[in-house]
Amino acid sequence: MADLLRTGLYDLHVRLGAKIVPFAGYEMPVQYPLGVLKEHLHTRAAAGLFDVSHMGQVILRAPSGRAVDAALALEALVPVDLAGLAEGRQRYAMFTNEAGGILDDLMVANRGDHLFVVVNAACKGADIAHMRANLALEVTEITDRALLALQGPAAEAALARLVPGVAAMRFMDVGVFDWAGSELWISRSGYTGEDGFEVSVPDARAVAFAEALLAMPEVEPIGLGARDSLRLEAGLCLYGHDIDTTTTPIEASLSWAIQKARRAGGAREGGFPGAARILGELAAGPARRRLGLLPEGRAPMREGVEIYATPDGGAPLGVICSGGFGPSINAPMAMAYLPADLAEGTTVYGDVRGRRLPARIAPLPFQPTTFKR
Amino acid sequence: MKYTEEHEWLRVEGDLVVVGITEHAAEALGDVVFVELPAPGTKVARGDEVSVIESVKAASDILAPVDGEIVEVNADLGDNPGLVNEDPMGKAWFFKMKLESLKVLDGFMDEAAYKALID
Repeated sequence: MADLLRTGLYDLHVRLGAKIVPFAGYEMPVQYPLGVLKEHLHTRAAAGLFDVSHMGQVILRAPSGRAVDAALALEALVPVDLAGLAEGRQRYAMFTNEAGGILDDLMVANRGDHLFVVVNAACKGADIAHMRANLALEVTEITDRALLALQGPAAEAALARLVPGVAAMRFMDVGVFDWAGSELWISRSGYTGEDGFEVSVPDARAVAFAEALLAMPEVEPIGLGARDSLRLEAGLCLYGHDIDTTTTPIEASLSWAIQKARRAGGAREGGFPGAARILGELAAGPARRRLGLLPEGRAPMREGVEIYATPDGGAPLGVICSGGFGPSINAPMAMAYLPADLAEGTTVYGDVRGRRLPARIAPLPFQPTTFKR
Repeated sequence: MKYTEEHEWLRVEGDLVVVGITEHAAEALGDVVFVELPAPGTKVARGDEVSVIESVKAASDILAPVDGEIVEVNADLGDNPGLVNEDPMGKAWFFKMKLESLKVLDGFMDEAAYKALID
């Protein structure tokens, strides 16, 4: 693991007894002594603290010094209405390619005089190169800040003890706050389906900040294992599994992220890579779509499992992109790319070790979200 | 108690051999959420995949440690797969096998040898 990177919290993870695994070029905690199942349930019952410092934090500045100009420029790479994003607000977006596929998904925040962007760890080098090559903006990777997520119903109470101002934030608000002389960049968002926050904190104070939260009885450290089961219960996409260059945002059931302004007849229709295909699929409907699946038995159906219409024979309808066990729903769950016209409740069959087991097409998310709107 | 390199334990019970997975294996697997057991009466050869354990992380095969016949399986694991994490060496046995001769067990590791393997 000599060439793997570590986040500023690595020593803390080790001290907390984490099992460390390589992930996206980093040595990351996959679980702590509590274990994936209990970490997952704790996050939904109280509050979980996640180190997501491996993700890319990027600031985009326009020569004018106005966020709206950076937003208009970035719209050339994403099918999302960013010019309409108010100051202090954040929005989900995806970089598309000319074929309409997805290069990465990201969060974009309007911070008044610039945009703050968070991208996936595995894609950050390519994303930054992509923005530098295609945007007449100052693209600055932030490399001296950790990123922590605090998620769950007790997240607000816990974080508000350190930063009282966060209690007034709504889902997808962003703001700058002071914590004992350090500047925190906080958004009310996350990747679990729970209410919660993501906090960018200067490296020098990251361990102290994490320890201040972990000292609270409702906060436990949570690893990548539970992060994955939490996001899957919430029906959220994991780049490289549920979305990639071969899936369009429409196929990925992400059309909700494409606002009116960028659609046909909108104020800034198209104008992003792959617009012809993506707007075409929006109008005509895609042939296949990311759908939820609930296996009927207890056996999980994992990524790569082929889905069939019948208990035997026939060609596969599609394949599972993410699958596992949902601790909160106490059942196996999966998402798969399947014919878009399959109705909810339809029974299909997943080939698990040579046996076709039944599963029902189910609405996403599997676990209701609890965002503070 | 005898141990295999696949992290199974074998315990003689009368003329039968009880098979389970070791605490070390259970810990490495993480929280177990599903166990698929063979049908009693199945005749198996050493190395056959006879059972599947699914944890929150991945699926793993349980191999038949010896030639023989599966005569009983632990139905509790179907309802409560978490037993594998709670009591891997006791209540979470997987199946009982009838062997032609228990002598074959002499070829497996004892506890000291297994401990040396996992350390």
